[in-house]
Amino acid sequence: MNIDPIKNGIVIDHIKPGHALKIYEFLNLEELDSSVAIIKNTSSGRMGKKDIIKIDSIINVDLNALGFIDPDITIDVIIEGVLKEKYHPEFPEKIVDVVKCHNPRCITSTEQELPQVFLLTDRENRVYRCKYCETKAKKM
Amino acid sequence: MRSLISILDLSADEIGELIATANDIIDHPKKYSRSCSGKKLATLFFEPSTRTRLSFEAAMYELGGNVLSVASADSSSSSKGESVADTAKVVSCYADIIAMRHPKEGAPLVACENASIPVINAGDGGHNHPTQTLADVLTIMREKGRLSNLRVGLCGDLKFGRTVHSLIQALSRYEGVSFVLISPEELKLPSYIKNDVLKANNISYTQTTDLEEALPQLDVLYMTRVQRERFFNEEEYLRLKDSYILTSDKMKLACDDMCVLHPLPRVNEISVEIDKDPRACYFKQVLNGKYMRMALILKLLEVEV
Repeated sequence: MNIDPIKNGIVIDHIKPGHALKIYEFLNLEELDSSVAIIKNTSSGRMGKKDIIKIDSIINVDLNALGFIDPDITIDVIIEGVLKEKYHPEFPEKIVDVVKCHNPRCITSTEQELPQVFLLTDRENRVYRCKYCETKAKKM
Repeated sequence: MRSLISILDLSADEIGELIATANDIIDHPKKYSRSCSGKKLATLFFEPSTRTRLSFEAAMYELGGNVLSVASADSSSSSKGESVADTAKVVSCYADIIAMRHPKEGAPLVACENASIPVINAGDGGHNHPTQTLADVLTIMREKGRLSNLRVGLCGDLKFGRTVHSLIQALSRYEGVSFVLISPEELKLPSYIKNDVLKANNISYTQTTDLEEALPQLDVLYMTRVQRERFFNEEEYLRLKDSYILTSDKMKLACDDMCVLHPLPRVNEISVEIDKDPRACYFKQVLNGKYMRMALILKLLEVEV
């Protein structure tokens, strides 16, 4: 399968197989005008299989939030056809409106206009807890 | 402007200062009787409560202040769909400080983020109840003379018991404190308290289902009620509600200087015959709660006496 190389854009690589659509939705890529390619279940030396997203423009969002969704992904930033930056997203101290608190007793369950804020409470074990009720975030 | 949402909002030193103020209020009540003159406390209780609301109101009156009270959730604007954020903004226009109880966890934090006056969490669901913890620590301090080097038994509903969670957080900061966690399997302490508080601070603890076995080793026994309102399933509540009942016979197993605490209300988990036992401290704890709330209101309103 051939997909044209990107001139200016972002490649989200080493996505766990099956996670590409979650990331596509999370980044609201359906609203983007530029070309976006989702490659699913392609072979990977390191992972066996992986998903890839290629975005044919530089998007202005905090890609570090992706660290919560899939900490092993790699982000490649390509400028003028050259790989300018390659990094793993860090674990952000705070994620907003990425996951919903699943505690039915949490204030966010009844006051829907509140942002869904989760704070990193244990970096080693990648634990995020709801800012309001301290319930652990479910992994996506 | 300070608020109190979690007991961890207060350092160990600040808790020490509140204990010192509370002791001074106990010794010299007249000195404080007009200290909050002209100030108003709004008690916003969106969940049934008698003692905590009365305790806050008594505390404010004894400081010479006034109280604005919402009688029940049904009569407040929240029943019309007003958000906690809006309620906090509105009440900030009327009062100098808010005490809020709410069935939803995190509601007092939302109020704190939107109010322009200090907010005190008076209990949010099964989450936090920091002023009960202040009552607990003052009682332990007055009865045992220390907050360090204590073996504390926590018995009953350790899963939903917010007072238990806050007390563990508070006491974990003192040296030589260890815990015996006594509960049915279904109501064990949540793993995040075990991991984030006990294990993270190298606090020694044991878990058991056997109250009798634990009793002889304890300096403090903290009994709790299995709370019907925390269960979505009535059958489960009925099955677990009588898990532990402290009787005179069981008290024979305890040390002579152990003290028994309970955040109240009690249902049947402590037999009334124990009320006469000098080790029963739960009614002193109620009174101590009022003094600590007085000390807290003074601190948050930055009133110097």
